[in-house]
This record gives sequence, C-alpha cells and structure tokens, in this order.
Amino acid sequence: MEPLLEVKNITKRFGGLTAVDNVDMQIYPGEVMGILGDNGAGKSTLIKVISGVHHAEAGQIFFEGQKIKISNPMEALKIGIETIYQDLALAENMDVYSNIFLGREKLKKFLGFIDVLDYDYMLDESKKVLNRLEISIPSLKNKIMILSGGQRQAVAISRSIYWNAKLLIMDEPTAALGVAEREKVLNLVNTLSSHGVSVIIISHQIHDVFSVATRLLIMRRGKKIAERVTKKTSTDEVVGLIVGSLPGDYVEASEEKK
Amino acid sequence: MINYDKTREIGISILRRWSLIFLVGEIVFFSIVGTNYFSLKNLQNILVGSTTVLLLATGETFVIITGGIDLSVGFMVGFSSVVSAKVMVNLEAAGFSQPLAITIGILTALLLGLIPGFINGFLVAKLSVPPFIATFSMYGIAYGFAEIICNNVPVHNLPTSLGSLGHGYLFYWLPGKIFSFLSKPENLTREELKHLISIIPNVTVITFIFIVIFAFILSKTKFGQHTYAIGGNINAAERAGINVKAHLIKIYMISSFFASLAGVMYVLQFITGRAPAGSARLLDAVAAVVIGGASLYGGKGTVMGTIIGALIIGVLEIGLVNLIIPTYNLHIAVGCILIFTVLVDQFSPELMHKEEEIR
Repeated sequence: MEPLLEVKNITKRFGGLTAVDNVDMQIYPGEVMGILGDNGAGKSTLIKVISGVHHAEAGQIFFEGQKIKISNPMEALKIGIETIYQDLALAENMDVYSNIFLGREKLKKFLGFIDVLDYDYMLDESKKVLNRLEISIPSLKNKIMILSGGQRQAVAISRSIYWNAKLLIMDEPTAALGVAEREKVLNLVNTLSSHGVSVIIISHQIHDVFSVATRLLIMRRGKKIAERVTKKTSTDEVVGLIVGSLPGDYVEASEEKK
Repeated sequence: MINYDKTREIGISILRRWSLIFLVGEIVFFSIVGTNYFSLKNLQNILVGSTTVLLLATGETFVIITGGIDLSVGFMVGFSSVVSAKVMVNLEAAGFSQPLAITIGILTALLLGLIPGFINGFLVAKLSVPPFIATFSMYGIAYGFAEIICNNVPVHNLPTSLGSLGHGYLFYWLPGKIFSFLSKPENLTREELKHLISIIPNVTVITFIFIVIFAFILSKTKFGQHTYAIGGNINAAERAGINVKAHLIKIYMISSFFASLAGVMYVLQFITGRAPAGSARLLDAVAAVVIGGASLYGGKGTVMGTIIGALIIGVLEIGLVNLIIPTYNLHIAVGCILIFTVLVDQFSPELMHKEEEIR
C-alpha cells in the first residue's frame, strides 16, 4: 500500500540548534501513529513542518505519492492535513455549528441578492458529521464555552473531518481531560481510523498512545531513534528509548558514520 | 425538584432580558410620576434626543465585539459636524443651490469621516497599537482639526432648508382632514396647527435605517460572524482563514462612519457645526453597548441590545428633565446601571451563554 504521507530526511534548525535531524516517516491511510519523546525531542517541530508552520532546511514531503511543498498552514489544510492544537482553535463565544463552519460559512441569497448565513444548512450538516462520528453533544446551538474539554475536542475533530481531512495531527489531545473524557476522545480516534482517516498523535501520556496507535515513532534530541509496532513492544521498552536508557536503532548507525 | 428547575428557568430568562424589562419599567415609572410623559410627542423627543448615543453606540458595538474600543468617536462627531457645516456654508456662498450644497456637505463629511477610522484600524491591526491608545490619540487629533477648520467658533448661517429636513417628520396628520407624507401641510390656521400630529421625526428615520442595515450585517452575514469570531478567539479566526487585519480595519471604519453620521445628524438638528459637539456622548455610547449585553473583553453583544441600552439612557434623561431634576443626576444613574450590568454578567456567566433550544 502506498503511504498517505511520507517525509524523507527532514531537518529543521533554529540557529545553532538542530530541532529535527534527518527524520524519515511514513503514515498509511487509516493508520494511527504515535510520536513519543521527552520535552525538546523535536516532536512538535516535526509536526509543525508537516502542517506548514515551519519550513524544513532539508528533506522532502510526499502526500499521496506526490511531492509537495507546504509553505503555510492554509496550504496544508487545502490538501487535507489538519492539525488540532492543544488550544483547539475554537471561538468559545460561538455555537458548535458556527465553529464547524468558521471561515467557510455556507451562504444563501436573501431577497435574491444579499448573501446571508444559511443557518439551517450548517446546523443539518454539523448534525450529520457528529452522528457519523458517533459524537453526542446536547445541542449544537450551545456555545463552546459551556462544553466540556472532551466535547470541545470532538467539535474540533468534527470540523476537520467535515472539511475532508485525510490526515489529522493531534498535539496532546488528552492532556487536559478527565478519565471518562479521555476514553471518549481515544474512542473517537479509533472511529476516525475506521473511516480511513490517518491520525498522528503526539503525547506524553504513553498509555493513551499505546491504547490507540498501531505504530510508534520515538524521538530523542531531534533524531528518530526507533520505530515500533505497538503490539510488539512494551511501555518499559518505549520509556527506555525515550529517556535514553536503551540504545535506539538508528543512533548507532549515524554515530558510526562519524 | 421540577418546580426548582422551572423557577430557575424563569429566573434565567428574566436575567437575560433584564435590560428590556428595566427599559419598560423606566417608561412606566416616568409615565406615572411625570407630567405628559407618555405621549407621542414626548416619546419622539426621547428618540430624537437619543440620536447621537444610538449612532455612536451602534458603531461602537462592532468595535467592542472584536475586543477593542473606539474612543475617537466622541470628537469625530464634532469634526464631522464642522466639516459638513463649513462645506454647506461655503458652497451656498459660492452660488450652489441649497439642496446641492447640503448634499455635498453631508457626503464630504461622511467620506472624510472614514479616514480616521482607517487610520485607527491600521494602527490597531497592522501595527499592534492597543485600541485604547490608537483611538484616544485620534480623539485628540479629530478635535484639534475640527477647531482649526472652524477657527474656534461654531459654524453658523447654514442653508435655511436644513431645518425642514432636520426638524421635519415622516407623516403629518390632521385628524379627519389632512394626511401628508414628508411635507408639512401649508396654509394651516393657528387652531389647525395646534391639532396637527407629527409622526416619526426624519432624523430618527435616517438613524434607524442605518442601524437596521448594520444590525442585519452583524447578525445575518459572514462579516458579522467573523466579527464575533475575532472577538472570541483571534487566533482561531486567523487559523480559520479569516483576514483578521483587513476585517479590523473595516470595523474601525464602520465605527467612524457612524460617528460622522452622528455629526451630520447634529447639523440637521441644531443647524450649526461645533467642534465639541457630541463629545460628552462618548461614555454614554460605551455605557449603552455594555448595558446592552456586550463585554469589553469581546465576543459578545448585539445591536438590539445596544439600542435598548441607548434608550435606557435616553428615557432616563428626558424623564429627569420631565421631573425637573437636574440632569447631572443622569450621570449618577448611568454609573449605577453600568455597575449593575457588569455584576449581573459576572454572577451569571454560565446562565447567560446557554442558548435556548428554540431560536
């Protein structure tokens, strides 16, 4: 099977600091991949390169087999790469369906020549996408401000899915959630995967990542040091790789070259 | 339990509409206590008297929803009144017909009035100057220019036909005899003039045409939706692909447009142009917006709420005059209402934001 996204030899420097060092990565359609690593390991920088926030100094990105250049987040959105940041980018003073359609509002004609918002259409479509993802929110006319953390997460995800995201990047999706809510978000990730959407999860919560991701990529000091199939590894091994008590698979190779 | 929920529901809907209930209460109170308060003439006086606050507050609503504030509007009224008055006087002196001089005067003031708004917006959006500072600077600049243009003296000797426009009404009705549209019936006897009923002042008609248009824009269009989004979460708005900077510039231009319109209305009402015209109304306008349910933190507010807020102040002002109470008491009353508004908002945040199922 052809990977949905493939990055090759990505390197990103900030002045003298090499934040991402020669990283390769593939992600397949419908796959959930976890990126793990300690603070400063380069996880966030790597996904920011993919989502168009940062520009890599070296390396290539292929999406659906095509070599692409992502120069800003809007371009990433256009080709179907959506990133859900910790702050979720929701307007809390607005209702659920307005957020799902924010910036891409559906309009209709009033008196034949004035463009006005088509509330009914946006409400119906929002209901459909939430149903499809088996998300229950009391009322789509509620403002985001009164929703729980998990519900907000679900709204942000629904928005991406409605706009045909093929790859969803989630930065610490469960960090601020309680146990029950965390469970719901992880279930949602599984639902997405069964709909053929690929998901990259970055998280410090190793157990959360283990429960949804099929493959893990472990980074240390900007380098990809190991890749594991979740079923064939253990949290102990992964923690060892993250903190450096276990040697990685690639580090030795690159150090031998020196 | 069910009863508790019911009471709670009723409590919430009363709290949410407290400003409307307060307004009705005010009118009832003054109607009972005052003399001839509840009459067509007096109610129309309230509307005409509220013109400046209504217009300034409508423009201010847009700015406050984005999380900003526009202090320049106070002296923008004076600037616009002086500009339009000066143009009218000079054109009439140069031999232009009165209607033409008046039209050009009004258009000049409205067009020039967009410039300070553009500068405000540019400073806030592109150069990240805090709105308070940017518009406060413009407040002084507008006043200074207004004084320069009118040489420190009010502009007088305006075209005489301004009066029939500014003091005119939409309908005139002499019960059983005449019903006329826009023009005051001529050749009436003294007795007939006494009984002539004038309905809906022109100034109020013009004011509400613009208010309704912009209320529609705010509540029904993409522009309005983006205004709320910027006030709610400016980063989210940006990431959703909204051109936040261009939008903010337009918002400040809307505000200064309304201030210029208020200046033009001032000229129509008082047949003069003065640099400090309307400057005392700035804080009433901000108060009206806040009483109407907007938050200075942004993201909240409606034009309908603002109209109610402006009328609460207008009804109170005319009410005090009616009861022959010195109007400086108005400031005390407005201050108290303002504090009350903010307290209601503070102590019921969750209640006020819950959308009812039935739209």
